Amino acid sequence: MEQKDLRALEELCIQECAPPCAAACPIHVDARAVLLDLAKGDVDTALNTLRRTVPFPGIVGRICEQPCRVVCNRGKVGADVKDAPIEIAALERACVDYGVVKVDKNRPQPKRNKHVAIVGGGLSGLTAAHDLARKGYIVSVYEALDPLGGRLWSYPEERLPHAMITTELSLIETLGVEVHLNTPVGEALTLDELRDHNEAVYLAIGAEAGMTFGLALDGTGKIVVDPVTFATSRDGVFAGGSLLRGHAAQAIDSIADGRRAAISIDRYLQNVSLTASRVGEGSVESCLYTRVDDIAPAAIIPLDAIVGYSRADAEREAARCFQCECMECVKVCEYLAHYKRYPRKLVREVYNNLSIVKGTRYSNQMINACSLCGLCAEVCPTDLDTGAINLQARETMVAQKRMPPSAHDFALRDMAFSRSEAFAAARNAPGTTSSDVVFFPGCQLSSASPEQVQQVYAYLGGALPAETRLGLLLGCCGAPAEWAGRKDLVAENLTGLREQLQGLGNPKVVLACSSCIRSFKARLPEVAVLSLWDLMAERGLPAGAQPGNGRVVNVHDACATRHEAGLQDNVRALLDRLGYTIEELPRSKARTTCCGYGGVQWLADPVVADKVVARRVEEGSADYVAYCAMCRDFLARGGKPTVHLLDLIFGTSGADFKTEAERPALGWSQRHENRARLKRDILTKVWGEPMDGPDPIDTLRLIVSAEVRARLEKRLILDEDIRRVIAHAERTGRRLVHPDTGRYLATHKPVAVTYWVEYAPVGDAYEVFNAYSHRMEVVEDPPKQGQSE
Amino acid sequence: MSTPEKPPVMCALCNRALVPTQVNVAYLGNAFPVELLKCPTCGQVFIPEDLALGKMVEVEKQLEDK
Repeated sequence: MEQKDLRALEELCIQECAPPCAAACPIHVDARAVLLDLAKGDVDTALNTLRRTVPFPGIVGRICEQPCRVVCNRGKVGADVKDAPIEIAALERACVDYGVVKVDKNRPQPKRNKHVAIVGGGLSGLTAAHDLARKGYIVSVYEALDPLGGRLWSYPEERLPHAMITTELSLIETLGVEVHLNTPVGEALTLDELRDHNEAVYLAIGAEAGMTFGLALDGTGKIVVDPVTFATSRDGVFAGGSLLRGHAAQAIDSIADGRRAAISIDRYLQNVSLTASRVGEGSVESCLYTRVDDIAPAAIIPLDAIVGYSRADAEREAARCFQCECMECVKVCEYLAHYKRYPRKLVREVYNNLSIVKGTRYSNQMINACSLCGLCAEVCPTDLDTGAINLQARETMVAQKRMPPSAHDFALRDMAFSRSEAFAAARNAPGTTSSDVVFFPGCQLSSASPEQVQQVYAYLGGALPAETRLGLLLGCCGAPAEWAGRKDLVAENLTGLREQLQGLGNPKVVLACSSCIRSFKARLPEVAVLSLWDLMAERGLPAGAQPGNGRVVNVHDACATRHEAGLQDNVRALLDRLGYTIEELPRSKARTTCCGYGGVQWLADPVVADKVVARRVEEGSADYVAYCAMCRDFLARGGKPTVHLLDLIFGTSGADFKTEAERPALGWSQRHENRARLKRDILTKVWGEPMDGPDPIDTLRLIVSAEVRARLEKRLILDEDIRRVIAHAERTGRRLVHPDTGRYLATHKPVAVTYWVEYAPVGDAYEVFNAYSHRMEVVEDPPKQGQSE
Repeated sequence: MSTPEKPPVMCALCNRALVPTQVNVAYLGNAFPVELLKCPTCGQVFIPEDLALGKMVEVEKQLEDK
């Protein structure tokens, strides 16, 4: 990932955009933050937040025209009658009325020996004076009248008490600004003279003066001012406020002009670019998306504009602010919620993680824990797919040889098993040399329900036109390799699949697994594929399906089918034909959630995977129907009675729905054995191939109690691993023994993982008492006898 | 690592008690000396469950993220 890609992705996440109120405010007051503290009763912090951007908050809180309020999202809440937007200015005033100014941490910067003259002591001029004095410049204000304040004095006393004006404007002198009252600039004191004694001048003389100071004018006779920098035609002279905007100028705009002119003057005096990086100044439109349709209406707290809010009422009104933010993806994603990240933060961390040359890569697990389910992109206002970023990061980690070996090893070994002789097979229909259609059941349906795979094969034989030559392809679609970022393995697997399909006469492929459908469509676009569900919807259900008798079920769509609307509809049509009543889950079809298997999440971060499934099982009140073997088992393991659609279609007689739905999830050892058994059974039954002698290691009979079995599953130790350890120990005699119990403790490292098994021979079998594994290895020094054979 | 008074296991091949011995354990190219029980004759080393599932996993994870 390049820096520019990072920036582009970061830009797509809008969570950090300013909320509408702050964006619309020409000086970008962070009203959201102010109101948050005020609602909590922390009025002092609220006031100090306010004071960071507003120079005279007591005045502004009383006279501000509130461009913020026009765009306040509170005003968009409600169906027929909308809520009133929040009384933001009155709440700012309440901060001043009830808050105590904390010790000012933003001390003025060290003095700079440069002089700035401000012409005009109204809001615009005094804001510029305030900002420049704080930056350390030597500032003098020239005001034609006495006192300072300009048109502030035109507000009625009850709206803006004179005492308030006096108090707040006294801050100017506190900052060390030299104030010259009754000193009009023009005749007695000319701009030339001011300019001679000052490095910069800001003209903020108000609308009435009508003076032009010999500066360039536009067609209407107004001083020409750069809209971004407020520079006039004369070097070092800037102008703003109602001088430019006329009598109708909003107070808040005058303040903003003073602030922006001060920025220009500072840059001018430091001899840096006046124009660089000035986007976003002034009133702008917010890019933040905030969903409001799930916000409860809240009535405005009545306001007496003269008296203002009581402190309690101010807190209540502030509590109507629902703290605009996007977080659409985080709301629906347990993974993002668990890691407390929204995409913008995540992207930055992913990038940093990939950039580390030496040191700890703290984000490895976060990158690997995403299920890649795509729900984030579905709900994102800008379609940002965080999963795609994580997948790209994994591919980069693999390329950098930085992928933790343990992250995906178990899943990749499972994939290797599916591609091994134990399971993989490609057969044309018996007696033919080419196929019109092949059934590709995939790895996990074959693991979970080898009988159903055979039933589907038999069904297809009957459902397809009589002349159809129906073949079989057992193997892996490559999904685990893709999820692990192993592009090399994905490519290698695809090459194998292409060759096999070619050997089968490039047939149409019937797929039963959602991940397979996704993989085939994405990576083998030249292959015609058809989902089993689409085919069944068209060709009809097999005889003997269990009638649903109106039983209510929730459908859990597999995340890999997110964009397969037709398939999802056909699943529902099949359930309807079977006699089930479907209640849709709140999040289904295009907005379905992952079960925790996707992206190898369950292996990379079991805690997150548990949260994902726990949330999903809470969402529906009925039993679930899944149409992915892994979804079925993960939901069942999460405690939700769940059937696979094929359980209903090929319902074994006698087994009622509940028994089927509550059967425990299969263990990993059983998954391997079922795959191997499926191959042996179907090749024997359909193709009449002699059953090869089973691998002698597989004949080693194990006795495993339920308790030990559960431990082995949790530790991801397979029976075949245990058999290898015992076989090795029995063959070589190398093992340890517990003197008290007589039990053996043997170890073996077939590839990357070292396994330890505590066992004892029982007749011709072996009872297993415990097993554990590790990846570190003992390095003998000096090497004595061979570590393994 | 502290060594229990009575070694929990002995070598079944050599029928000998294991003795605390300094050995090296390694992962991803990093090796660490550690005292483990080892058969003085055939060299079999015992890695107990609590070490494998405790400290070793911890160190493995740290090294994987380096």
